[in-house]
Amino acid sequence: MDLSVTGYCLISEKKVIVNDQLRFYQENFLNFANFIKSLYKQEEINYPKFYKMDSLSKLGFLASELVFKVSDIKKYREDKIGVVMSNSSSSLDTDIVYQNSINDRSNYFPSPSVFVYTLPNIVIGEICIKSRIKGENAFLISETFDARLICNFVNEMMENNRVQACLCGWVEFLGEKYEGLVMLVEKNEFIDKNSNPIFNPTPFNEQNLNQLLHRN
Amino acid sequence: MSNVYVIADNIITSLGFTTDENIIGILNDKIGIASTPQEESLSFIPAALSLVNTQLLEEKFSQILRNINRDLPVDSYTRLEKLFILSIRDALSEVGFDYRNKRVMLIISTTKGNIDLLEERYKAKFNHKRLFLWELGRVIRDFFGFFNTPMIISNACISGVLAISMASRMIQSGFCDYAIVTGGDIMSEFVVSGFQSFQALSPQPCRPYDIDRNGLSLGEGCGTIILSNQALTRENTSVRVAGSSTTNDANHISGPSRSGQELSFAINSSMKEAGCSSGDITYISAHGTATPFNDEMESKAIGLSKMTEVPLNSFKGYWGHTLGAAGIVESVAAIASIKRNTLFRSAGFGSLGVPEPLHVIKENTASELSSCLKTASGFGGCNAAIIFQKV
Repeated sequence: MDLSVTGYCLISEKKVIVNDQLRFYQENFLNFANFIKSLYKQEEINYPKFYKMDSLSKLGFLASELVFKVSDIKKYREDKIGVVMSNSSSSLDTDIVYQNSINDRSNYFPSPSVFVYTLPNIVIGEICIKSRIKGENAFLISETFDARLICNFVNEMMENNRVQACLCGWVEFLGEKYEGLVMLVEKNEFIDKNSNPIFNPTPFNEQNLNQLLHRN
Repeated sequence: MSNVYVIADNIITSLGFTTDENIIGILNDKIGIASTPQEESLSFIPAALSLVNTQLLEEKFSQILRNINRDLPVDSYTRLEKLFILSIRDALSEVGFDYRNKRVMLIISTTKGNIDLLEERYKAKFNHKRLFLWELGRVIRDFFGFFNTPMIISNACISGVLAISMASRMIQSGFCDYAIVTGGDIMSEFVVSGFQSFQALSPQPCRPYDIDRNGLSLGEGCGTIILSNQALTRENTSVRVAGSSTTNDANHISGPSRSGQELSFAINSSMKEAGCSSGDITYISAHGTATPFNDEMESKAIGLSKMTEVPLNSFKGYWGHTLGAAGIVESVAAIASIKRNTLFRSAGFGSLGVPEPLHVIKENTASELSSCLKTASGFGGCNAAIIFQKV
C-alpha cells in the first residue's frame, strides 16, 4: 500500500519542528512545564482542558494539534481516522506522582484526577476528544521507538480499510526527559497535491520514520 | 488471507489456575470475590477483591523451577511475572510447536505491569528497571527463550481484546505463524486506592446489569490464548478469530459515551469483517463492570447494533475486573462457553437495570452456540469488539 507521512511534529528538548521547519525554540530552557506552556501560548490554542493534563498528555496533545494545523483531516469520516501511539515508560512519570500521594497513610490523598492519567492511552483519549476522532486506537510499549512495528500495524489497518488516515508516533515523558514525534499518515491516492506546497510528503516506511525521529 | 485459529488457552484467577478449573468454578457457582478478610497491604479502606491464592501460586511456581532445573531463588520473579510464566506455560503444554521459532510472536497485555514495585517494601528487592513494561516483557521472553522481542499493549481495559485483535491481524498479514497472547495484572495498593478515589468500587461482589449494581469489583488474574494460522487436527471443533475492531468515544477520558454509538461502531465493524450480521451472533460476552454508566452505555450500544435478544453475560461477577487480563480471560471463558454449547450465568444479576432490554443469562443453559461477540471498553474512551466463530 502506498502511504505517506503528510505532516509531522517533532518535539525535543528546547525545540519544535513541524514539517521540516523550526516552529519554536526556547533559548532559556527552564523545565518541561514552562516549555510546553510557552509553546501552547505561542500557538494560541484555546483549550482550557490542556492545563489539567499530565505532561505525557500535554506533549502528545500539542504535537497532534501542530500536525492538524498543517493538515486537513476533515475530509475523512471521524471513524475512519486512527490513532496509534507508543513510548518506553508508559505513564510511569505520573505513576510515581500518584504513588507518592498514597505512600504515607497519615498523609493519604489519592486523587482521581491524577489516577486517571496513570494509563498511557489517556493521551489518545485527549487527542480524540479535541479533534473528534473515533477510529481504531492503540497504545504500544517498546524500549525504543519501534518504527517497524508502527509501520506494520498502520499498513495493515490501511490495507484493510479499517482507517483511511492515521495519526501515529512516539510520545515519551519521564522525569523531565521527553521526546515526541507525531505523524499524520494518509493514502497517496487521497493526498491533495496542491494543499501543501512547502512540505513534500515522505513515504511511510521504517527508515523514514527513524530519520524523522532522529533528525536534529 | 489465512484464517486465525485459537489452539490453546489458560485462565488464572481466584477460581483456579487452568481454564478448566475456572469453568468448573463457574458451573458450580463459585464466586471468587471476597469482602473479607481484608488484605491490609492492598487497601486499608475495605474493598471486595478477587485474589489469586498466593500459597498455591508460590507452590506451583517453585514446582516449575524445580521441573526445569533452574537454579534460581523463587523471589527472583515478581508476583505478576510468576502469573505470566505459569499461564503461558500451561497454555504451551497443550500444543507441540517449537515456540522458540522466529515465526512465533509473544504479545503481552497489561495496564500496570509491576506497579507494586513502586512500594517501599519492594524497592530493595527488585531493580527499578522492572517497572518498565518492556523489561517485564524481557523477563518473560528470557524465561521461555522466545526468539522475538515481545510486543506490549497497554491500552486501559481494552488491552486484552486489543492484544488478541492485533495478534490475529499479524497472523493474517503473514507477519508471524503463531502468536502467544497473554494478559495480566495484579492487585496493588496503587490500583485499589485509585478506583476507590473514583468511588467506583462496590462493597459487595459486583452485579453487572442489575438494578442494584453499585460499582465494580477489582480482581487479579492472567490469561493466555495461543493463535495459529493452522487449526489443531485433533480437535473436532476449532474456533477462529473472525473479526475485530476498536473505536474511541471522543467524549470523556474517564466516563463512557452517552449514546453507546462508538462501541456499536466497533461491534458493527467486527461483524462486517466476520461476514456476519447481528442475527448470526449466538452469544455476547460483554464488558459489564457493574458501574452505573458503563453498563448503561453498553446496553445502548447493543441496542443500536440490534442485538438485545442475544444471550449476554459478564464474567466480572465471578472474578472481578481483571484489567489488562480481562479481555483475555473473558475471551477464553467465552470460547469455552461456545465450545461446550453452554451459556454461563451472569453472576450477580437479578433484575435488569439498564435502559435497553438486554437478555442477561440467569441460569447455566445448554444451547447450540456457533459464534460469540466479546466487547470491552475503558478509560480514555476506548472500545473494542472481537468475534470468535466455530469452524
